[in-house]
Amino acid sequence: MARKPSIYPYFWRAPLLIWQGLFFVGPLILMVAMSFWLVRNYRMEPDFVLANWERMLTRDYFWSAYQVTFLRASIAAALASLFAFPASYALAFLVSETTRRWAIFFLIVPFFTSYLVRVYAWQVLLAESGPVNAVIGFVGLGPFTMLNSGFGAMVGYLTLIMPLVVILQTFSLAAIDRNLIEAAWNLGASPRRTLVRVIVPAAKVGLILGAVFAFILSFGDFVSPFYLGGSKPPTLSILIIDTTKSGQQWPRAAVVAVMMILTLFTVAFAAVGAAYRRNA
Amino acid sequence: MSMSHSQLTRRNLLATAAGAALTVPMINRAWAQDPTDINMLAWYGHAEPDIVAEFEAQNNVKFVPKYYAGGDNMLALIAQSPPGTYDIILSDAEFVQQLNAAGYIEELDASLFPFDDFWPEYQSFPGHWTGDRLWSVMVRFGLLGVSYNTDILSSDEASSYNAYWNSKVAGKVGHFDWHLPSLGQISLLNGNRDPSPFDIGEDAWQAVQEKTLSLKPQVGGYFDYGGTFSSLKNGEMLAMCGIGDWITGVLQKDGAPVASVIPEEGGIQWTESYSIGKGSTKQEIANKFIQYMLSPGGQVRSIQMAAYPGLSPTKSGWQAIQDANPAEAERSGLIEGHDQSPRKLLAEKRLFLRDIPRQQTLEDWNDFWSEYKTA
Repeated sequence: MARKPSIYPYFWRAPLLIWQGLFFVGPLILMVAMSFWLVRNYRMEPDFVLANWERMLTRDYFWSAYQVTFLRASIAAALASLFAFPASYALAFLVSETTRRWAIFFLIVPFFTSYLVRVYAWQVLLAESGPVNAVIGFVGLGPFTMLNSGFGAMVGYLTLIMPLVVILQTFSLAAIDRNLIEAAWNLGASPRRTLVRVIVPAAKVGLILGAVFAFILSFGDFVSPFYLGGSKPPTLSILIIDTTKSGQQWPRAAVVAVMMILTLFTVAFAAVGAAYRRNA
Repeated sequence: MSMSHSQLTRRNLLATAAGAALTVPMINRAWAQDPTDINMLAWYGHAEPDIVAEFEAQNNVKFVPKYYAGGDNMLALIAQSPPGTYDIILSDAEFVQQLNAAGYIEELDASLFPFDDFWPEYQSFPGHWTGDRLWSVMVRFGLLGVSYNTDILSSDEASSYNAYWNSKVAGKVGHFDWHLPSLGQISLLNGNRDPSPFDIGEDAWQAVQEKTLSLKPQVGGYFDYGGTFSSLKNGEMLAMCGIGDWITGVLQKDGAPVASVIPEEGGIQWTESYSIGKGSTKQEIANKFIQYMLSPGGQVRSIQMAAYPGLSPTKSGWQAIQDANPAEAERSGLIEGHDQSPRKLLAEKRLFLRDIPRQQTLEDWNDFWSEYKTA
């Protein structure tokens, strides 16, 4: 006798599916469709033309912005992963459970304030007449131009992603089976060898996920490149704003957005694939 | 007893109403009837208490503003709303023709407005009239020139657009992130004065692009309204292309060492005017508000508007600001014969109206602006 299919699991899955359908898949489909629409007299008209795609993808400024955005997000992800690792390592292996809990709590605290507010604070700190340059001035250096530059934007990206990367890395490092590390020691592996051959591979999933989140958040960020980078040069998110401002070209902005989403999907799938691939 | 008490309270409140945002709801509450909503589409600041509180209290109305940023944005907001959504529309003058062509605004009765009181230069503003039919009334304007940090550049050094290439401001030249004013200024520097920096042929347009690209090494960033303010104020930018007193005037009040001059190559004039939205059911009160804004008292408010100052096109407005705030009249040149008087600059052909490109499309200019930003 065939088992009667239960609706129970579907019932519990429904809210998530409905939510995702309404607020992710729906808008995504609309956006892809919109990239084929036309704008006449500042009004969008549903249509099916390739003009927006042809126009945006043949502009040099689109590809310059694409390169800048991709490069910056990659650097931000790499820097965040590198800077975060010693801290995560210390939190996972060198401190007490209580200290780790407090540290995680303090890593969550930055999210209590809006990211935009924190970026405005950096504007004050990094200004040429600001406190950071004042301190550097004590040793007779500077003042350095830090705002409205790639450096400024990078400070903003790291402000956004660093706490998250540390948290993800810490959890994955802390979850490593200590017996593996002890075994490596007992078999005579040096600390460095233990790190490279045992700890990093065992925590691979968390490390890669941290870097992917860092990349995704930086790639789509508007606040840092605009308010700390001075739109110099513009990133894709700034290009979207510019495109909608000039002649209400939402369909062309949709082309940029779809290209960004395709990029993020590619990067995310590649990274997750790498994270869960079994080592040969 | 309680009546007189409440009237006294109202009178007290009325006395302090102007400029005090918090008092507005209280005044309204004091009225027996609910106030009528007037929907206004405008640049930021035009429906704030420093401008409308007195009118609201006198007429038992309440302005409901929808603020936009730029003419494109304005046109889109109207296009996407049903007719009659906006009762009163404040627009940049160069977009009035497009508003009219699209049928978004009502014809106005010219006899309702004090055109005799306008200085002759501003009486028949281009695009506001078709023949003798009136579509929009100019209410204020302002000048765009070289805005600079007075600690770094002298006013002599700033008196040409070449100041942007001065080594003292290397890496510290900001752009207000809109192509029309910035490219218009470069066009003026290239000598495109006849008929206008916005009416240029293909060769001249090429030359404007090349000249603009040569400024790139000096550029420190591209800023929105807020960013322009803060970067000039904290000295992060030492010169700003594409703006004028509408920004530096506000900063000066705050004590920042900044100023704007109209350089020898000429300045660009922005102009704001009121129209009545097509299908509005509140045309009578909207007309009354336009009259109010053109009255000497309304002009004094407009000249000193908290969000950004503007100049007055009327004779009585000039007189009123000279009486109400002589220092402001002097600072903004609203005195006949004054060296920076806008009428004098206009007579000397040192002022050009901001316009949309006449021989290229807006899209061409936009495209180049995007290229310039990524260059």
